[in-house]
Amino acid sequence: MDVTKSSTIGAPRARTGRTAAPGAWDEAPCPVLVADAAGAVVTANAHATALFPAAVPGAPLSDAVPEWLGAAHRAAVAGQEPGDAVSGAVGERVYRAVARPAAGGGSRGAGAAGLVWWLSDDTGRAEAEAALAVERARTAFLSEASNALLATLNTERCMEVTAQLAARHLADGVVVVLPGAGRRTPLAWAVDGGGSTRALLALDPAEVPGLAEALQGFPPVPSRWIDPGALPTWAVPEEFDGPVCAVAVIPLPGHGVPAGALILLRREGKRGFTEPEEVFARLFAARAGAALSAARMYAEQAAVTQTLMRELLPPRLEQIRGVEFAGGYRASERGERVGGDFYDVHPTAGEAGASLVVLGDVCGKGLDAAVLTGKIRNTLQALLPMADDHPRVLRMLNDSLLSSHHTRFATLVLASAVREGDAVRLDLTSAGHPPPLLVRADGTVEAADTRGSLVGALPEVEATTARVTLRAGETCLLYTDGVTEARGGPFGDRMFGEERLREALAECAGMPAEAVVERVQMLAAQWVGAGEHDDMAMVAVTVPRKSPGGVVSAAGRGRGSA
Amino acid sequence: MTTRTPEETVTAAEPLRALLWDALLAGDEYAAADVLFAALDDGLSAEEALLDVIGPVQAEVGLGWAAGRLSVVQEHAATAMNDRIIAALAHRSPPPGEGRGRIAVACVEGEWHALPARLLAETLRLRGWRVDFLGAQAPTPHLIAHLHQTGPDLVALSSSIPTRLPTAHAAITACQAAGVPVLAGGAAFGADGRYARLLGADGWAPDARSAADVAAGGLGVPSGAVLHEPVDDLPHLADQEYTLVSRGRTRLVRETVDGLDDRFPAMRGYTERQRERTAEDIAHIVDFLATALYVDDDALFTSFLVWTAGILEARGVPARSLTPALELLGEPLRDFPRATRLLRRGGVALTGG
Repeated sequence: MDVTKSSTIGAPRARTGRTAAPGAWDEAPCPVLVADAAGAVVTANAHATALFPAAVPGAPLSDAVPEWLGAAHRAAVAGQEPGDAVSGAVGERVYRAVARPAAGGGSRGAGAAGLVWWLSDDTGRAEAEAALAVERARTAFLSEASNALLATLNTERCMEVTAQLAARHLADGVVVVLPGAGRRTPLAWAVDGGGSTRALLALDPAEVPGLAEALQGFPPVPSRWIDPGALPTWAVPEEFDGPVCAVAVIPLPGHGVPAGALILLRREGKRGFTEPEEVFARLFAARAGAALSAARMYAEQAAVTQTLMRELLPPRLEQIRGVEFAGGYRASERGERVGGDFYDVHPTAGEAGASLVVLGDVCGKGLDAAVLTGKIRNTLQALLPMADDHPRVLRMLNDSLLSSHHTRFATLVLASAVREGDAVRLDLTSAGHPPPLLVRADGTVEAADTRGSLVGALPEVEATTARVTLRAGETCLLYTDGVTEARGGPFGDRMFGEERLREALAECAGMPAEAVVERVQMLAAQWVGAGEHDDMAMVAVTVPRKSPGGVVSAAGRGRGSA
Repeated sequence: MTTRTPEETVTAAEPLRALLWDALLAGDEYAAADVLFAALDDGLSAEEALLDVIGPVQAEVGLGWAAGRLSVVQEHAATAMNDRIIAALAHRSPPPGEGRGRIAVACVEGEWHALPARLLAETLRLRGWRVDFLGAQAPTPHLIAHLHQTGPDLVALSSSIPTRLPTAHAAITACQAAGVPVLAGGAAFGADGRYARLLGADGWAPDARSAADVAAGGLGVPSGAVLHEPVDDLPHLADQEYTLVSRGRTRLVRETVDGLDDRFPAMRGYTERQRERTAEDIAHIVDFLATALYVDDDALFTSFLVWTAGILEARGVPARSLTPALELLGEPLRDFPRATRLLRRGGVALTGG
């Protein structure tokens, strides 16, 4: 502050002052204003009169100064603690004012204690604080945006989140445009921080200046180049009321490729987009673009995986010509859907019209093993015409596995089931696999008398086939050793074992196939608890207690009351 | 027909439930299905068939099994038949369209009682939602992958077993982190939904009808869930008691069984299978103790003990046999104040205090 200059300005006024204005105030380096309790100006130094030209002694303070200062004076006089700083605008600048009781109030009459207002130019600080507040809000917004955008790997959800966030912080109306898949372009709209809507539309991005470029990754067109009046209807959200006064098109950069673009709209009556605002919008766009791009990549990967996985997933089984089939599968890895175990049921394989069940176990786990199960399943599919001849099927499968470059081997069980009157005739052949268990109507559980060598390891395979008959309510369970070798139980380290499996099955006489599978799966899963386990697969072949249109059997009721 | 009061529905459903019950116990799926199809022809709505006939009968089946009135076979067979009847009903009553949005219905991993969730899935479908029913035993990673791939409006998460609550909590947190709100339901969350609130679910419903109503009202999008971790809901987990008890489960069970051997010479004559049964009972106590530590709720533990005592009495085993097990569990856990308090309260509850 230039003291010399201010005192020369102040001096003549001080001299012409009508009241006893101590010229000392003029020595103060800042505006000083003295006003009495009645609200009249007592004196003002030169800085103060430069600021408030109407603040001459005797004038009402409220006429001479802005309302915020007048109000502060009235409040202070009314008994509020002086000393609380107030601040407000004076013209273009911001001033801070502190009141102190005036000394020697006697000259201004009894009881009329006045106040001395010291003012200081606070514009720089106010601007800095305002800028800080804006920056803080922006940082908070970007952090919130990152959180919300990171949350989802779903492209549609990501578009919606982007539109909602932008409509809350960047513009009155927002349109998110993604690069078109085929002929149609995915769009999301949001207005004023509300919810968002989505659609797929056939449209020409070139209708919005700069949009086609933004979608191709070219630099953005300055906002002022875009004529708000010429926007196509899809580029303005339906709920956006009133004409558009400003438009900005912001590219959404993805991971090296354009992820889309944002159209930001402002209503009439508001100013256009400033450069700092556009810069900030691009900071947001960088985050939104990365999230959209990640979501798109995830969706593409998921689609590929899903397509490849479809062939490897265990099939859904159902009743075929009076025989119930149910399957259960649990991969060893918690996050996986497939592994080295597999099963299939082929209706009417072979000449006798029998259904062929195949259940097997490829050595190894995870996706590699699953791919090999796919090959075995395909090979077996090709061998279906000779499905009645199990040894022949196994020999050909063995030859095929030996001649392939895979070094893995497999164990499997073949079961051909054909309905014969009320019963089902089963041919069971094990190739190095645990023999299937037969659950008789009286609860007896027996292993099928079949054994054979595994396939894919030796030049010759040997196998014996067991022929058994299942009657109503009886089940044959094919399972992989993942079930019996599951470790756990209350002591943590014991195998589930065939004995426990037999005990469980003994309770399953008369159950539908699905219930048998569910029961065994549940017991095995509870046995392993959170522990590790191998792949587990099982197929139940069950003769229903009653065929459609059959008579209610008395046996069911009898057991029910027991 | 459409203006029937709830009381009238109950009256109309009552005889149907008795008929369905008889058909299921007879193992006669076709007769069971006929009961419902005939009622539908008489004007019963598909939702009433699901929720006023099949649902209550299934609940009765569960109770009957728990009380030893039904065998395992009957319980599983009845459930399997109900499941197939629901599928047949879905076939018969096509949904009114899919204008409402999409919902994923899932059971908490390790939950085997899928039927309540299935009933909800069908109810939602009937009310016009597009529903993905993920079934029982869906591992949480599969559920999350499904959410990312399909972007549903909400997840309905079902759990009947209280010991699955920590897993349910992880699933709730994960769904919310994926930006999808969670509606919790099932007996595990408490009769008043207290555990659903505790674990931060966005909504809770006591039954399928109210769940469908809550879904219709919408649950909004969980906010700021990315940075949310289970311990944020449950600050008491910081004392590590839950972690140490659930990690040391196997050791606790072994030590307790060995301790019982010393106290009761008769147990030394047990067969391996009998010892295993005892160990299973103790493992159950430890699981409930861990869960009670997780949710920090004494009542969860004491009510389990009282219920177990009832089951044991029904099996002809005196309930006081649980008390030494609690004492033996207390020894290795004596430095854990919350576990010690739970075991003490459990002992008091058992002696009828």
